Amino acid sequence: MIILFGLFLLSLLVITALAIVRTENLFVAVMLTSIFSLLMAANFFVLDAADVALTEAAVGAGITTVIFLSALALTAESEKTVQTGKRMALVVVAVLATLIIYATFDKPRLGDPEAPVHQHLAPWYLENTPVYMDFPNVVTAILGSFRGYDTLGEVFVVFAACIGVLFILGVKPPEGRIYDPHASGLRHHLIPQVVGRLLIPFVVLFGLYVQFHGEYGPGGGFQAGALIASGVILYALLEGEAAALRALPQPVLMGLVIGGACLYGAVGLLCMLLGGNFLEYSVLSSNTVSGQQLGILLIEAGVGMAVCGALLSIFHAFAARPRRL
Amino acid sequence: MIDTAVDILSWMLLFLGGAFVIIGGLGALRLPNFYTRLHAASLTETMATILIFAGMILQAGLSLAALKLAAIMLFLLLTAPTASYALANAALQSGMRPEARNRDETL
Amino acid sequence: MNLLELLGYFNYWVFAIVLTVGLYTVIAKVNLVKKLIGLSIFQSAVFLMYITMDKVEGGTAPIIQKGVENQVFSNPLPQVLILTAIVVGVSTLALGLAIVVRIFEAYGTIEEDEILDAD
Repeated sequence: MIILFGLFLLSLLVITALAIVRTENLFVAVMLTSIFSLLMAANFFVLDAADVALTEAAVGAGITTVIFLSALALTAESEKTVQTGKRMALVVVAVLATLIIYATFDKPRLGDPEAPVHQHLAPWYLENTPVYMDFPNVVTAILGSFRGYDTLGEVFVVFAACIGVLFILGVKPPEGRIYDPHASGLRHHLIPQVVGRLLIPFVVLFGLYVQFHGEYGPGGGFQAGALIASGVILYALLEGEAAALRALPQPVLMGLVIGGACLYGAVGLLCMLLGGNFLEYSVLSSNTVSGQQLGILLIEAGVGMAVCGALLSIFHAFAARPRRL
Repeated sequence: MIDTAVDILSWMLLFLGGAFVIIGGLGALRLPNFYTRLHAASLTETMATILIFAGMILQAGLSLAALKLAAIMLFLLLTAPTASYALANAALQSGMRPEARNRDETL
Repeated sequence: MNLLELLGYFNYWVFAIVLTVGLYTVIAKVNLVKKLIGLSIFQSAVFLMYITMDKVEGGTAPIIQKGVENQVFSNPLPQVLILTAIVVGVSTLALGLAIVVRIFEAYGTIEEDEILDAD
């Protein structure tokens, strides 16, 4: 029964992807991309990946749509269809699809416990998480401690993207564009105002819950940062973007991004100063297990701060750009 | 005895909720105008939400999961009709008038 | 092979189809924003393949519950990799869209052939 449900969700994915290619209006394509992300999150959940489903829903269906829509408001709305070169692209793509489908027949069947991917490292991680770290969520343990270097690199990638967007969109726009700092957003519409004001505190509270419960259930820094950024973006939609910039001004956002990235690096350096290796959290406390837990708590806080600040800076960079009349 | 009664009741609620989803989907495809289609689609977000979540809460019994389901239902009931309102308002402000006779072009 | 195994391959076929749809959008469309949308579809297909590999039948999400013996878990390692990949994908998308906005301000269009003609 669950197989039929899984098949249905996958077929919806293919239909949505084909619809995205064929539509000409870019707003429709962006909305369909958001639906595609949500379907992808549902598929991930059916395949037992709870953390990944939460991240894809928060980041893919939420933040990506907002960034796309703000970029579309600054550029064009529909695309031009062109006829040349389509047949050759179709042939290339069809050959590639056939090759990949032929190659997938060699894969182990879905869910086989004897597949090579389940043999070497994964049982070691599953056995040693209670021994070293003693909390339930294995994915957070691997992300924070066993593979901590990858997460450090990822925080710096988010930081670099934020700085890059601020550089690219920090240039003066050409003439003839206006920016209305008193744009009121949806202030004159009563229903979104009331519902939004009811929901924003709970969204931020849920973001904090996800942040601190990352060790006990699906959650962690990335999802929490995206959720809190969504709450502030909802406030910006309701009251106008200038009001959101007054609530969390640009120096605070920069402080969050830089502080988050530096907190992660500082925890690593602190471990070196206390006698261990870089990012070896066991030396942070007298008991190695509670040292690991303290280390993971601190770096998840750093990740959450960095992701929240970076996404909000990117949103403000797009939304505050003067647009043509 | 009471267990099977609760089970049957929850199955009936889930079926009814599914039926309302299908009705709403059919309406969103077949009705002529944008506003009537939006009205049909809003059927899924209120009636079907309440029925399906009531069915699931009965299946979960008296536990923390039932409280979480009730919270999610409240959240959905707050946000989805607001989204429909925003859509209808945006259509009205951009000039689409609610007439019963013309058939909208699809995008 | 019987029907159940064939259905197990369905995940991988959907991965192949969505990947090639995304690739076709990147190659054959001329609008820059459409190309970026196709790139994000392509990335999502790759994520689907990795997460499909990690499922173990009869397993649950890898959250260890205390006191319950003999739990079968799905593999947590591809999930960690894909979590990183999703966030990196969003970062590159934001950067790409910023470049598209600047191109539009400089050239007045975001269709690739018009930009190449104007240069």
